[in-house]
Amino acid sequence: MSIRILYFAALRESLGQAEEVLELSAPLTLGALRQTLAARPGDWAVLGTMKNLKAAVNQTMAGPDTPLKDGDEVAFFPPVTGG
Amino acid sequence: MDEIAIQTEDFDTGAELSRLAKGSDCGAVASFVGHVRQGAEGVQAMTLEHYPGMTEKSLKEIIAQARERWPLKGVRVIHRIGRLLPGEQIVLVAVAAGHRGEAFAACEFIMDWLKTKAPFWKKEETTEGGRWVDARESDDAAAARWQQ
Repeated sequence: MSIRILYFAALRESLGQAEEVLELSAPLTLGALRQTLAARPGDWAVLGTMKNLKAAVNQTMAGPDTPLKDGDEVAFFPPVTGG
Repeated sequence: MDEIAIQTEDFDTGAELSRLAKGSDCGAVASFVGHVRQGAEGVQAMTLEHYPGMTEKSLKEIIAQARERWPLKGVRVIHRIGRLLPGEQIVLVAVAAGHRGEAFAACEFIMDWLKTKAPFWKKEETTEGGRWVDARESDDAAAARWQQ
């Protein structure tokens, strides 16, 4: 299965990347995806350490137990600061 | 009628308020306009980033929540993105209703929820360099008041 992942704001800058498409051999949860990404070498550890990191699946806020399916759009970002 | 706009251009608050009032049989229009502050840190500019698609979706949900709580005639939300200078307008929330009570309350509710739920992020430019603005606990507390 294939999912699209977006990164925003301070997280995007830390990773030097705004988005990617990831091919996965087996289904997994949002929390497991975060751990998988955080285990990458280099700057990716920030996904594990960033305080209050938020995530959305298909443009709705989602928790770590959310299951991911083929074609999902996942986003990781810091707490929002608009207005 | 409700309208949401995410745009780089400035907006004319007076024109927006009269258009909102004319389009609905309302007795009250309440509004909030947020501006870029220079502040003690000497902010020289601010850049606003957002999550296209989710931003519009979350604002629609926030307005739907407001409509469940109060009888509203119309809502207008404009949020600017891109680079803004101190004093410039960032956001407009305007609510038309039958009476002032629901107009004031819904305007504050929409603004409180926008600040904590809509995916916008601010980066300040100061003489020390660029800095992403931290979320504030007082904003979370303001949004949580409405959940009781």
